Amino acid sequence: MLLTSSSFKRNVRRKLADPSLQRNMKRFGGRFVEARAAVMTEVDNLEEIRIAAAAIRDRSLANLDSYLMEFEAQAQARGTQVHWAETAQDVNRILIGIARANGVRKIVKSKSMVSEESGLNDAVAAAGMQAIETDLGEYILQLAEEPPSHIIAPAIHKSVEEVAELFSEKHHTPRQTDIPALCREAREQLRPHFLSADMGVSGGNFLIAETGSVVIVTNEGNGRMVTTLPRIHVAITGIEKVLPTLNDFSTVVRLLTRSATGQSITNYVSMLTGPRRDGDRDGPEQSHIILVDSGRSRLLGTELQQALRCIRCGACMNHCPVYQNIGGHAYGWVYPGPIGAVLTPSYVGLENALDLPQASTLCGACQVVCPVKIPLPELMRVLREKSFRQGLRPWHERWSILLWRSAAERPWLYAWATRLAVRVLRRLAGKDRLLHRLPGLDGWTEGRDMPAPSSRTFRDLYRKRHS
Amino acid sequence: MSARDNILARVRKGLGLPGEVPGAEREAARAYIAAQPRGPRPTYAWNDGVARFCERSEKLGSTVDRVAGIADVPRAVARYLHSKGLPTSAVIWPALQGMPWAAAGLDVQARAAQGSDLVGITGVFCAVAETGTLMLLSGEDTPAAASLLPETHVALVDVTRIVPGMEEAWALMKAERQGPPRAVNFVSGPSRTADIEQTIVIGAHGPYRVHVVCFG
Repeated sequence: MLLTSSSFKRNVRRKLADPSLQRNMKRFGGRFVEARAAVMTEVDNLEEIRIAAAAIRDRSLANLDSYLMEFEAQAQARGTQVHWAETAQDVNRILIGIARANGVRKIVKSKSMVSEESGLNDAVAAAGMQAIETDLGEYILQLAEEPPSHIIAPAIHKSVEEVAELFSEKHHTPRQTDIPALCREAREQLRPHFLSADMGVSGGNFLIAETGSVVIVTNEGNGRMVTTLPRIHVAITGIEKVLPTLNDFSTVVRLLTRSATGQSITNYVSMLTGPRRDGDRDGPEQSHIILVDSGRSRLLGTELQQALRCIRCGACMNHCPVYQNIGGHAYGWVYPGPIGAVLTPSYVGLENALDLPQASTLCGACQVVCPVKIPLPELMRVLREKSFRQGLRPWHERWSILLWRSAAERPWLYAWATRLAVRVLRRLAGKDRLLHRLPGLDGWTEGRDMPAPSSRTFRDLYRKRHS
Repeated sequence: MSARDNILARVRKGLGLPGEVPGAEREAARAYIAAQPRGPRPTYAWNDGVARFCERSEKLGSTVDRVAGIADVPRAVARYLHSKGLPTSAVIWPALQGMPWAAAGLDVQARAAQGSDLVGITGVFCAVAETGTLMLLSGEDTPAAASLLPETHVALVDVTRIVPGMEEAWALMKAERQGPPRAVNFVSGPSRTADIEQTIVIGAHGPYRVHVVCFG
């Protein structure tokens, strides 16, 4: 996927000034938040289960090589071909290789965020094959030639009117704005593709080391279609997605679906193990899995390893005031929201996504709702420090921080400077006691005024009270 | 070195583990898998597993019928199809073809499902009371697409096969089968999507209707 994270600030300005996006994001607002809250109240011992789920993910990561080797051995014993991709480009190369070797012309895909990392659809098209997204949201976006803006609700930024326009134009059908009718239209368009495709490509929510299986957690049924009907199934997923056992999966999935969409379970949870067995009347003849590193192993052994616990529920972005206002595209890569602010710089290089760890008020909502207790604000702070230490921040920011530091280390200087600043700010404020502009902080005052400070500094007041 | 070896070496180095391949840790990982520890479960409880299963199924958008015994099942299925104005011909799991369907006025075909099938009749391996979920295992006589391609999925559930949670479902599978089948499908109500304006629409790519007939 085209990386535009380095122009995050420009992206944000554009998104904030886009009235239709703003309308759509307002509607997005609290729905996921409310649905999650409602279903979480069913679970009295939520915290106990969260702690257990985080421990399960930590166990997998702490011995990731052992569990991956165990997974590989079990998968191969049951007839799955296991491929390893060091980079995103390797994913495309391996997949196209499998497709070519089997004379594949049409591929149906269910949702895979990892395939967005590598821009798989474009690579497949360039190789002369057709890849069709079948998740409704992803299908809409493929028609619109846009990337997803949310990891589980990819077309959240689009209104029904926009979808109606798009379907009418691309399907050459009369425009209809009834949502169930649009869903049926998509179903009727996609059903023949499911039945005629040579290859199905899916993601993988989890890999089970115990059985060598891939598990997908879905609602629409397209995941089942692409893993059942075509003669070849290829699952693509990150190396961090391994879980030791089926029991571990049972613990984690209770939190995944509740955190994601507020469902106690999704419509379909499918565990796939190997190709069609002797005598089976359906199922693919070949089963492949591509295990993707592409930057993940770099996080191991660092504080950022905790981000690899992520089970991709999307709760952090649903609850993020920044995401709620700017939408997912502004983040400029596959993973938006707080988890994206941590993963994107880690996967594509901090210098290419410098502003993402700053795209947070550190309000902490993401950490509170994370089902596997990833300390996202803390990890964003780690990345902020790293970018400062590596001299990646703009010079004026670095100088301001250094200046502030030298004052903070000298109490007399700090006291003097704050007193001076108060006086200057009060003078600048004028009669209405509001600062409409702050030199050097235009971005901050663009959307709000700053009240003039009181004539006394905190230190003055403190001294007075204790004298 | 292969991509596999490179990745595993990077993982090992990143984790700060000694040596080139896992020795004792892999044994520990295997021991953990063999021990099959179970995690904490939600504390909510129920007395009657069947009632819980039926209640949760309905909450998921399925319809539920309960009949006394397996002999009553074909007539119950026919009654449901008539009441909804649905066709009386159906694709059925070969495992179920021996039941008296014709006597109930149904025309069933035991084969893999096709895109044009409108009604699919399946059994289940077991069912999960906690969430109202059906567990289906693929196999020669239990093909997977029968519960997927048709617009209406009718599932027959023997009440003695209702287990409390997913953990018990896995345990039952391990006790009765040698390893997992190609596909284990947990089905929880009709397919749905909320991808347009977060509006929930029943019937995305899979069935529009799931009707559960509990017997026994």
